[in-house]
Amino acid sequence: MLFKKPQVAFYPFMVLRDDYKCVRCKSCVDQCSFDATYYDEDLNMIMNHHENCVNCKRCEAFCPTDAIKVVKNPSTFHPDANWTPEAIRDIHVQMLTGAVILTSTGNDKPIKNYFDHLLLDACQVTNPPIDPLREPMELKTFIGRKTDQLQFDSDGVSIKTTIGKQLELEIPVLFSAMSYGSINLNLQKAMAIACREFGTYWNTGEGGLHKSLREFKDHTIVQVASGRFGVDLEYLETSAAIEIKIGQGAKPGIGGHLPGEKVNEGIAETRMIPVGSDAISPAPHHDIYSIEDLRQLIYALKEATNYEKPVFVKIAAVHNVAAIACGIAHAGADAIAIDGVRGGTGATPKSLRDHVGIPIEMAIAAVDDRLRKEGLRNEVSLIAAGGFRSAVDVLKAIALGADAVYIGTVAKLAAGCTQCQQCHTGRCAWGITTNNPKLAKRLNPDIVAENLYNLLRAWAHDIKELLGAMGINAIESIKGNRLRLRSWGLTEQENKILGVLPAGM
Amino acid sequence: MACGCYSEMAGCGLAGIVNRDGKKISGKFIYDSITAMKERGNGMGAGYAAYGIYPDLAEYYAFHVMLDDLDYESEVNAVLSKSFKIVKSEMIPTKEVPSLYKKTKPPYFYRYFLEPRDDARLPMESEEDLVVRTVMTINDKVKGAYVISSGKNMGAFKGVGHPDEIGDFFEIKEYEGYIWLAHTRFPTNTPGWWGGAHPFTLLDWAIVHNGEITSYGTNKRYVEMFGYRCTLLTDTEVAAYLFDLLFRKHRLPIRAVFMAMAAPFWKDIEHYKEVGLEKIYEMVKMIRTVYAPAMLNGPFAMLFAFKDGVIGFNDRIKLRPFVAAEKGDTVYMASEESAIRVICETPDRVWMPKAGEPVIALLNHCKEEDVCYPA
Repeated sequence: MLFKKPQVAFYPFMVLRDDYKCVRCKSCVDQCSFDATYYDEDLNMIMNHHENCVNCKRCEAFCPTDAIKVVKNPSTFHPDANWTPEAIRDIHVQMLTGAVILTSTGNDKPIKNYFDHLLLDACQVTNPPIDPLREPMELKTFIGRKTDQLQFDSDGVSIKTTIGKQLELEIPVLFSAMSYGSINLNLQKAMAIACREFGTYWNTGEGGLHKSLREFKDHTIVQVASGRFGVDLEYLETSAAIEIKIGQGAKPGIGGHLPGEKVNEGIAETRMIPVGSDAISPAPHHDIYSIEDLRQLIYALKEATNYEKPVFVKIAAVHNVAAIACGIAHAGADAIAIDGVRGGTGATPKSLRDHVGIPIEMAIAAVDDRLRKEGLRNEVSLIAAGGFRSAVDVLKAIALGADAVYIGTVAKLAAGCTQCQQCHTGRCAWGITTNNPKLAKRLNPDIVAENLYNLLRAWAHDIKELLGAMGINAIESIKGNRLRLRSWGLTEQENKILGVLPAGM
Repeated sequence: MACGCYSEMAGCGLAGIVNRDGKKISGKFIYDSITAMKERGNGMGAGYAAYGIYPDLAEYYAFHVMLDDLDYESEVNAVLSKSFKIVKSEMIPTKEVPSLYKKTKPPYFYRYFLEPRDDARLPMESEEDLVVRTVMTINDKVKGAYVISSGKNMGAFKGVGHPDEIGDFFEIKEYEGYIWLAHTRFPTNTPGWWGGAHPFTLLDWAIVHNGEITSYGTNKRYVEMFGYRCTLLTDTEVAAYLFDLLFRKHRLPIRAVFMAMAAPFWKDIEHYKEVGLEKIYEMVKMIRTVYAPAMLNGPFAMLFAFKDGVIGFNDRIKLRPFVAAEKGDTVYMASEESAIRVICETPDRVWMPKAGEPVIALLNHCKEEDVCYPA
């Protein structure tokens, strides 16, 4: 019927090359991991398969003479608000493959970002702003189960009350779960180094903890997901905290699938599966079909680790998230991580990524409100995740009621990612979401560690400036302090859910 | 979120006197002291709190109630009668001060002396909890009626005016107490409401406050979790409830209360460890971890009074003035030294307390400060 596949005929990006500038060094050919660029010896020309280009910009970055620009293909379909090029291309893919469309990263649709509709306060006249360069400004945050009340001994100094073990963060930001498999060891190592230097935590994701990273134990959160990859007693003990992963914002309600061809020796050993076998995480934990089952797993993990590790439970922000979070608090979790609809991933069906779940802003507000109503807020910490872009987003989330924020995409971006949405292909030209040894070695863990450290440092400065402007010198005084937020362009109902007043009130 | 959700901004002056021997001091002194700082207010709010003023009815809870209209008295009476035997009730004597009427029409003030009824308490509820519940009910449910103080042998007097006007209105000079607090106010945003003036009180606690609590939203939502309702539209109220929660309900030692509310910086907490004060380090770290939402941020100086003394303290970086002095058994605290010198020309000692460091002036009978809990 068709002369060419529609994907080949109608491609979204094209590589423009200035032939006058091109010196035929072929570094673009070397760098392209998507077979979009090749050298034609007969013509002595660099040529392109535009249909293969994913706009990762690796070739642009490596061109020594700035001869390359990757641009949107100006030839596109007839303008149609309903039948967008994306909608048409998705039909083309599915009519050929008969499969769900896989993608990666987070929701890229122009859904309302509530952080962009929230404004922070500042001091003028009636109280002085605080200059963070001259005065102490404290971001130290504790994650873990606390209590409502301390009881003192008669000496007035000793405290009888004990609380759960706390994670101590120098900035209310942690690195989100990204498994060995979905990313490579170099990025995991970079995160681990940055966390140790700065004083925060990274998360192994569901792929186990490679033996070379055990030295970062005190800054590592180990994840227990439905596939239980890499989970044994030693794994649980080599951690600062344990996270039970129930769901993920980019794919609520489904599991994961690491294809066998990606399961190399390192991954196989770390995940405790044979080389080349598919690593499939079921949609549910097959020992958790209800909240009481979750409680049993939480306490099984606590028992196994002698009650020395806080146990987190991570869920996707779904419609009923407030009630679910309360259940998790009742079930004994020390922290709840909630991943919103903009959360990223290494691989997910596009339909789930873009259409399942609720925005993290609403989820934070609803969960914080409900936990307070139930008197549980001091019993459990709340970590928000999913699409956080900046220190400002972090601070707004904390003002809405979160204790800390997980960032994942930001770490990838700091490692060179250009958000081309090809993580699931394992062909990442930047060497981030691939375990192809040739590609993975493009990522130098020491350099990336430094970048990540800089990023945390920059965000810490940003948060301090914003707090200082608000006349606040400790992060705990903005936590849940929605009075220091105002909204613009939101409906009354949205304001009510977020618990904020509109600007001008 | 419940409303009443903005914190009102104000600049202010404050003064406090305590005789540690429990000797009575005439209201004239505090009147002169606070009036010396007229500059710090704008005539839109002033108030006094006095301890020891009802010696003959000392065993009863004295409720000072502000009524927008006398008709509301019957409703207040009905709420009170449900839980208390009303031993005595009367209008609080006031004098006509013509200048006051130019600003607002003063409301009416009643005082009730109450004895809790045994059958009124809910399961697990203490007598104090019953009083707090009643105060919350009247403030929240009875239209146009506000309890402005509810302790034993003490009372608050406050309204919209300069401190001398309010002092004259309530005939403050006629009262004698062993503890006095006073306040003058410079609200930027003037609801012209008598209930918004300081002091704020609950049970036998009274607070006067100069400052703006930038952590108000955090603190408010924290105390709300423990059943308090912030109805008076001001951040000072939340400080009063925090104090009640930490000191009376959680029974933290006095110093621990202030370590929670004006927490030391982490670097100072680390210092305890470095110099080998491991136990103190553990304690302060624990307090800051657990009571993080109770920390008051922003510029403030604050005086807390209760039947056993006065405690003054500042925010963590001392963004508002606060001076203390003593002469013999009398301790003075104020926003300005002038306010102390005007009533005590030659104090034995005058000092500027450090940021966040409380000045604890307790009566001599409770030298063991940690046993001195509110009734």
